[in-house]
Amino acid sequence: MAITILIPTALRAFTDRRGEVQAEGKTVGEAVASFAKAYPDIRRHLYEEDGTLRSFINVYVGEMNVKNLDGVDTRLKDGDTVTLVPAIAGGRV
Amino acid sequence: MLILSVKAEQGIKSEGEASYPKECCGALLGRDAPDGRVIERIIPIANQFEEGEQHHRFCIEADDILKAELAAREIGMETLGFYHSHPDCPAVPSEYDRAHALPFYSYLIASVEQGETKGVRAWELSADRSEFWEKDIVIDNE
Repeated sequence: MAITILIPTALRAFTDRRGEVQAEGKTVGEAVASFAKAYPDIRRHLYEEDGTLRSFINVYVGEMNVKNLDGVDTRLKDGDTVTLVPAIAGGRV
Repeated sequence: MLILSVKAEQGIKSEGEASYPKECCGALLGRDAPDGRVIERIIPIANQFEEGEQHHRFCIEADDILKAELAAREIGMETLGFYHSHPDCPAVPSEYDRAHALPFYSYLIASVEQGETKGVRAWELSADRSEFWEKDIVIDNE
């Protein structure tokens, strides 16, 4: 199933400056994993050490944040566009 | 090196002082030039962290990041980073800052002591996520 992944500016250094790449998967989790396998240097920025997606990485299918759907288990259909959007957080000690 | 317009610098200072003792936050808009990154404008964004923790935490939700990206594109710029304030604390990234940062972006931190800005410093995360590198700031007065 062909899925298009849109990459935020901050992570394009790990995708040969590409803002859009193709991936495969029946679910959001599978598609993002497929993409990360093709660009292994990006893994540490997307995943925690236990393999879960970092909490500040948001994934949209079309205009819907998958947090409001089924998370990484959200089903995809051929031709869907998945957008990665980092939330930004921080603060003093 | 990071070139910061005087308007953007003043905006960060006034946002940090207005939100004191809570942290302010927002996006940095500009362009990457051969001789350095240029930050021309800021977009203040509401701190979405839990109300009672905003004295030492900030969060910009993904929906607001998307809006900032679109606003930047409309005026021919890019979102090149984010700013926030450290109330009564040095303008140095915390471990919490490091854990939640991404490479490429510039992070400007304003130290605000007793409601008055004491300094603004610029940082970028290393590609291996292990540390922040400080960047010299040059103020563009034009």
